[in-house]
Amino acid sequence: MRSICLYFQVHQPFRLRTYRFFDIGRDHYYYDDYLNRSITQRVARRSYLPANQIILDLIKEYGSAFKVAYSITGLALEQFEKYAPEVIESFQKLARTGSVEFLTETYAHSLASLRSKEEFFRQVKEHSDKIKTLFGQRPRVFRNTELIYSDRVGELVAEMGYELMLSEGPRHILGWKSPNFMYCNAVNPRLKLLLKNFRLSDDIAFRFSLQSWNEWPLTAEKFASWIQAFNPREEVVNIFLDYETFGEHQWADSGIFDFLRNLPRTVLGATDYAFHTPGELLELLQPVSSIHVGHAISWADEERDTTAWLGNEMQAEAVDKLYSLENKVNALHREDLTRDWQYLQCSDHFYYMCTKWFSDGEVHKYFTPYASPYEAFINYMNVLSDFMTRVNDAVDGSREAIPAVAKKQSVKKGSKKPARVTSAEKVCTLEDMQNLSPTHLKKLLAQVDLETLACALINCDVSLRDKLIKVLSPKDRIRFEAFTESHRKSKKTEINQCRQKLTAVINDL
Amino acid sequence: MRVLMFGWEFPPHITGGLGTACYGLTRGLAKHGTEVIFVVPKAYGDEDQRAVRLVNASDIVIDIDDVENKQYWERITYMEVGSNLIPYVAPEEFTDLVVQEQLRKKTSKQTLFSDRYEFSGKYGTSLMEEVYRYALIGSALAVKHDFDIIHAHDWLTYSAGVAAKAASGKPLVVHMHATEFDRSGENVNQQVYDIERYGMEQADRVITVSNLTRQIVIERYGIDPDKIITVHNAVEPVTKDELEGADKVLKEKVVTFLGRITFQKGPEYFVEAAKKVLEVDPNVRFVMAGTGDLMNKLIRRVAELRIATRFHFTGFLKGADVDRMFAMSDVFVMPSVSEPFGIVPLEAMRSNVPVVISKQSGVSEILKHALKVDFWDVHGLADAIYGLLHYNALSETFKHYGKEEVESLKWDDAAMKVKEVYEGVAG
Repeated sequence: MRSICLYFQVHQPFRLRTYRFFDIGRDHYYYDDYLNRSITQRVARRSYLPANQIILDLIKEYGSAFKVAYSITGLALEQFEKYAPEVIESFQKLARTGSVEFLTETYAHSLASLRSKEEFFRQVKEHSDKIKTLFGQRPRVFRNTELIYSDRVGELVAEMGYELMLSEGPRHILGWKSPNFMYCNAVNPRLKLLLKNFRLSDDIAFRFSLQSWNEWPLTAEKFASWIQAFNPREEVVNIFLDYETFGEHQWADSGIFDFLRNLPRTVLGATDYAFHTPGELLELLQPVSSIHVGHAISWADEERDTTAWLGNEMQAEAVDKLYSLENKVNALHREDLTRDWQYLQCSDHFYYMCTKWFSDGEVHKYFTPYASPYEAFINYMNVLSDFMTRVNDAVDGSREAIPAVAKKQSVKKGSKKPARVTSAEKVCTLEDMQNLSPTHLKKLLAQVDLETLACALINCDVSLRDKLIKVLSPKDRIRFEAFTESHRKSKKTEINQCRQKLTAVINDL
Repeated sequence: MRVLMFGWEFPPHITGGLGTACYGLTRGLAKHGTEVIFVVPKAYGDEDQRAVRLVNASDIVIDIDDVENKQYWERITYMEVGSNLIPYVAPEEFTDLVVQEQLRKKTSKQTLFSDRYEFSGKYGTSLMEEVYRYALIGSALAVKHDFDIIHAHDWLTYSAGVAAKAASGKPLVVHMHATEFDRSGENVNQQVYDIERYGMEQADRVITVSNLTRQIVIERYGIDPDKIITVHNAVEPVTKDELEGADKVLKEKVVTFLGRITFQKGPEYFVEAAKKVLEVDPNVRFVMAGTGDLMNKLIRRVAELRIATRFHFTGFLKGADVDRMFAMSDVFVMPSVSEPFGIVPLEAMRSNVPVVISKQSGVSEILKHALKVDFWDVHGLADAIYGLLHYNALSETFKHYGKEEVESLKWDDAAMKVKEVYEGVAG
């Protein structure tokens, strides 16, 4: 007996509104509610609801012989709750049949697996919890955003305790191997892998209504005859699809719903295949070999790599700047910031900035709300700039509370003079210099040479430098700037030494 | 005195500084009792008509059997050019051009001789054809209206001006706002150059917007220096309520570039200088307002330099958004590689924004309270920006005296000089 595994991906991003430079600092709402609502409701009406009804009918008809798996992103679930609660209800109905398995992934459909272990783990947990709450199942199987996978990502997934993960089975990775077996991670063989049969999956997802395709029209009978003709020793055919394939990417009048409706009857009647969910396959199959994936793969585009999101300098800049905020956002524990931080991580934003217009330009165009990747980038960076400002303001706000704590600590230590901090980070503020009177400042200048001063103030607050520059003579200003320039690349230890010298003098004053 | 004036754009429908300059000039002329019939290819209906009578060229009916027109048509056929050259074109139009070029070849003969001409009134699309249709209309207008002098702005209208002169026998003044060398560097379009030179040769007087431009006209076009007069542009005084309501919400200082993002304007130097400033002081935001063929390239450069959360692109701004942009700005920068005049720094100064301008701009001839650098000197540019941002004494001086200085540059005075030019040739 061979297995066929159907898994459907459900995702909707929170699309950004047109956010202009003039909005930065003024308006902190980033989303196009109208667009998000109308798309969610349209896709629900055309795709999710009718497809769910068909799946439910089929499960009623075939009982436990027909099974499917879903993964629904946290962002899609939130939008259903907001704009189309009937979609949630229909998935809950499916959940109650016992023939539907829910997988887990990153809550925000993010690229966190490639950027931050902590954020990756956090989002997967959040998503898993959300699925448990809504559908009463604790997911056992993991699928990553856009089926992104590498040895490293697999390692992380194994570390979270998952035993099975879904990914793509691209030619450049598989070579002569067939995707129709179970494989395992090259680093940690405890993590098993099911790989998408991309030819069959793409026949349905992309070519179904393509009349120039020599196999058009694709019927359930034809499909069944293909898989029946596969090598009988092959174990599983993995059909992984965007759920929107049904009714949204392929419209109803293409016959896509009939295809779905007829699939169980023909597969169960004309082949030796049985429907299994990924979770069941974990019990049924053993990996035939490990598979080595050094560079991350995905299910997107001809290249099946991550260049759709991280392929050009704009995407690199946007993603880097976004993840540079991680520690600050997490430390703040503020609901509004955490929410925006999640929504902004959604991979779709970076997909819109893609400049590969060759083989998959049409697909990209279909999904993007922007006229060009440049506009997508400008808009995203405007939003991100405002978000950064909010995060930094919040950090400054919470810092104001800290000095009181610091004082306490120095009292505890019982030193006569207030304890002077020695680590680079803390000295960097050099607040005491900020509070010096002009006379004291001049005394300071008499005791410390300009070069030490310039070196100590590398990477310091600009206001501090300004304060100093004001009391310098024009000649000294030039010398000071020159020293600053020459020390810009100095080693941290050297800068620290200068800072210690400086703080010592300040203390004496 | 009555002037028949040919332009290509008029506020609020502007793509460059030409429309703004024409507006200021005509208002100034009106104050001195000069009447202006201003011809634009397509009037939208919401232009400010207080100062001028606006004639929409699309509304002029032309009798194509008229002998004079036929003669003129022969003359311009002689100069006929098939060019895709696009001054002041928005990039979104650029992609349409090839298709439109093909369409044009097919249909030009019929549309050209239909008796009522539709003008797009925008730079770019089948530009040369429109230039010559405009010329036909020029001679038709010249017969219909009564006037004492013809004034044509920039090469696009020169053929119309020359045609009007031929039809009416009235003196012609052409106004050089920009030369082909300013627009294209050394890779000049020969056909545009020829039209410019022919227009200036036929003209009784040539007005240049700066001595820089006057020098180019003498050296590169071989025009008789005696008939070239420099009249610097000016700026309309700002009314009070335009300045109010500008609340600064950004904590960072804002440095602004405003203009077309094309080679001529030197936007690349602005980006590189921004990087230098941000290395020293990250608490600055740079804004590039405008659009143009270098925009996408610069967006990528900004991403590559990793300064995209401190460097913003706004797209093309006009009207209230321009005032808003100035109100938010702490420094305005015009690093033009070649700028015949450059009216935008004056608008910035009028809004109390200190400016850094390139020495290669005409406006640097008349401004005292502006920092001037060579456009290619990225370090100098960064230094000037940093100085204005951090040394309050400097920026306060510039704000104060800059505003006074710019308010003394009145269109009334510029118009007076233009009127003197008219009087010199109108006999």
